[in-house]
Amino acid sequence: MAENKSLGKELTKGIIKENPTLVMLLGMCPTLAVTTQAMNGIGMGLATTFVLLGSNIVVSALRKVIPDKVRIPAFIVIIASFVTLIGFLLEGFVPSLYDSLGIYLTLITVNCIIFGRAEMFASKNNVVASACDAIGMGIGFTLALFLMGSVREIIGAGQWLGINIPVAHDNPMLIFIMPAGGFFTLGMIIAIVNKLKNRKPPAEIKCGSCENCALAGKCEKDGEKA
Amino acid sequence: MKTMMVILLSAMLTDNFVLSKFMGICPFLGVSKKLDSATGMGLAVTFVMICATCVTYPIYHGILVPNGLEYLNTVVFILVIALFVQLVETALKKTIPSLYKSLGVYLPLITTNCAVLGVTVLNIDNGYTFLQSVVNALGGGLGFMLSLVIFSGVRKKMEYADIPETFKGVPATLIAASIVSVSFMGFSGLFN
Repeated sequence: MAENKSLGKELTKGIIKENPTLVMLLGMCPTLAVTTQAMNGIGMGLATTFVLLGSNIVVSALRKVIPDKVRIPAFIVIIASFVTLIGFLLEGFVPSLYDSLGIYLTLITVNCIIFGRAEMFASKNNVVASACDAIGMGIGFTLALFLMGSVREIIGAGQWLGINIPVAHDNPMLIFIMPAGGFFTLGMIIAIVNKLKNRKPPAEIKCGSCENCALAGKCEKDGEKA
Repeated sequence: MKTMMVILLSAMLTDNFVLSKFMGICPFLGVSKKLDSATGMGLAVTFVMICATCVTYPIYHGILVPNGLEYLNTVVFILVIALFVQLVETALKKTIPSLYKSLGVYLPLITTNCAVLGVTVLNIDNGYTFLQSVVNALGGGLGFMLSLVIFSGVRKKMEYADIPETFKGVPATLIAASIVSVSFMGFSGLFN
């Protein structure tokens, strides 16, 4: 029972609490590059999830075999193999997505999220936990990309998943599809996440002596004045 | 000669790796706080890019293509890059320890810098000749350095700015990057 609970935790932590893109700020390049459309965001997210799942499982299964000194090249080769695999699969079955992701599909190899999870999690935990971790992180990454893609597509092109949005379609703000808009949207989303994260009630202010305190004039803690 | 100049300048300005292709965002946000570490990082990345291009191009056309192994390019390229990064790291540690320290964790991370793998793959995808590939790598590296150096200046000013609590740190940096990116949009259409 306790084990199930911790597996559930591994699965869900990546979605919100440790969201790889919006909270841990990893994998920025694909987040900015492919999110001109919501659909591309989902495709990129799922492709990354596949690679993440595969590499986490293999790395964790081989964690006792790979010597510590050569672990980085070993991880990279494992990740690159899975990227080659997903490249073939997408080219064969979803050629339109393959074309629109273009070079960024190859660049999944150097996505910090995948390498980070291999190094930080999969090389220290068993296969099942690593798989759960990968799925959670993958879903979190996909959701973040979908969110970015939706915002940019709705404001920048007046469409959502290819469907015209009534009011927004009249005057689309093209800049949101351009690189500058990508930086701006991501900045705004991270600011909102920060705002939500800091919403907890502020901790009680511990007073030293009131003489040096800038807030002394407004302070309500009269009784504690030293 | 003219095509070389066009490739060099468009890799530097119109198709700037950081600001219009979104490659190498991690070091762009991480190392651009100080001018000297931005310059050092830019030089290191340029060096790795050129070396990696010089080695991956012959490997691709000499070994992978004749044997029908083109699909292995990702695996082979990333290993070559990892090798060169290790080389640069060792060299810097011995010769310029201060720069080595200020680059910190971002130095080994050049391996996972999308810009380096990106430039080697783009050279192959665009069908460049060897010389054009090297020029493209040089332009890409210089463009990377240019955006890092410009942005380190912007960030220095930002340190004195009064930013709302919510926007402090990454959000403000990203929005500043967006404005710098707008200024680079001015170069688009320069070489058509």
